[in-house]
This record gives sequence, structure tokens and C-alpha cells, in this order.
Amino acid sequence: MEIKWYIGLAVALFCIGVTGVLTRRNAIIVFMCIELMLNAVNLLLVAFSKMHALAAPATADFVTRASEAQVFVFFIMVVAAAEVSVGLAIIVMLYRNTHSVDVNFLNRLKN
Amino acid sequence: MSITEILFWFLTVLALGGAVLVVASRNPVYSILWLIVVFFAISGHYILLNAQFLSIVNIIVYAGAIMVLFLFVVMLMNLNAESEPPRRNNLIFASLVSGCSLMLVIIGALRSSEEFIKSNKVLAGGEAGLIKVLGKTLFNEYVIPFEISSVLFLSAMIGAVVIARKEQ
Repeated sequence: MEIKWYIGLAVALFCIGVTGVLTRRNAIIVFMCIELMLNAVNLLLVAFSKMHALAAPATADFVTRASEAQVFVFFIMVVAAAEVSVGLAIIVMLYRNTHSVDVNFLNRLKN
Repeated sequence: MSITEILFWFLTVLALGGAVLVVASRNPVYSILWLIVVFFAISGHYILLNAQFLSIVNIIVYAGAIMVLFLFVVMLMNLNAESEPPRRNNLIFASLVSGCSLMLVIIGALRSSEEFIKSNKVLAGGEAGLIKVLGKTLFNEYVIPFEISSVLFLSAMIGAVVIARKEQ
């Protein structure tokens, strides 16, 4: 499989996520679209690590080099899990204070 | 068309269709269920790339833990009613246009590196994603970030409890 299809898939997923963040007003769905963008980037990192593995000779040291991208994807997942727990706590607190998860209620600092 | 390509296109259609439905669903619960479909499709992509460890972690962490957390929050706050007021049509149109133009810009930028894209293929097999290799890399070279991430988890846990606590 050529790398361009993976790039196209990741770019399309990322742009759908961006469109969702711009379109929706429900804070939970905005948050889910951010998760979608994170996953698109993860997929592209794994595809590039595999492309890198094909381009260079397969020595023992090289296999470690190629798997470093996947270690980074692992760390991105770790950070995403921590981010989701704090973000959902913030959304719960927002709902408790305003009885709504509409992000348009958050413009109180304006004016 | 080989079986790998058929699987690739099937998973791609599944991921993109699921992503569109995440954005388009009126009901947040349906959005969450479609997002789980997207995560399973991405896990399938990882398996096609022979990144077995990441595909299992993706299912456990994203489809298992994170989406259950989302479902809990939606059901706890009773948000499964379609409460969101419809947005004005021109705003939806404007965000659609900006999303599509972002995609055009990225793809247009990639077209300038046409040789790179055309000449490079993705290795279907390879050892780089196996648990053995990944574990050796993680615990030899990245052991300090690994330990620091445990501190990150602890602080995220304490932060979530402190933020979501009821005021006395």
C-alpha cells in the first residue's frame, strides 16, 4: 500500500475533526472531535514508521529506530487518557454550574 | 486487488463514514457509538500495518476506557435528549467551507513533494510493531518518560477529583 493513501486518510479524518469542532456546540462532541484528530495523527505516525522501516536496511539497531515512532504513539495515548479525565471533569463542573454543556455559554468573559 | 487492499479500503470507508456520523449525529450517545466504530477501524489499520501492540492498546484505552468515560458522563448528566439548538445554516456552511479548504491546503502542500509520495510505500510486515521490540525500546531508551507519565497520570487523577468535587 502506498503512503499517499495513508496520508489522505489521516488528513481527511483530521479535517472532519476540525469541521466538527467548528460546527457543534455540545462540549462533549467538541471534545470527541479532538480525540478524532489525535487518532488521525497517531495513524499517520504509525504509517510513517512502517514506511521508514521499508526504506532503510533491516539491521538489528534499525528495528529499534523504526519502533521509536510507535513508542511516541504510545505516549500520545497516555497523554490523551490523562487529558480526557481532566476534560470530562471540567465538563461535569460546567454542567453543574450552568445546567448546560453548550459552549456558547462560556462567553461570559467577553465584554 | 489483493486481500490487504480490500481490507484497507473497507476500513477506510468505515473510519471516514463513522467520523462523518460522529459530527452529524444529533444525539450525543449515537456520536459516541460511532466514535467507537472509528476507533475499531483505526485498530484494524494498525493490524494491517503489523503494529499489534498499538492496535490492542487502542482498543483497550480508547474504545474501552475513554469511550466508557464519555458514555458515563453523557448518561450521568442526562444529555441523551437532543437538546442542542440548531445552529444557523450560514455558520454550518462557513465551518464546512473552512474544513474543506484546510484539507485542500494540506493536500496541495503535499503535492509539491510528489516524488516522495509516489516513491514510498508502507511495509506491511516488519518487526517494528511487535510487543518484544517495542518493550525493549520503551524500557531501554524511554524508561524515564515512561516513569514520568505515571506522575502525569497521578496528577490527572487528583486534578479530576479536585475539579469535579462538589463545593462544600
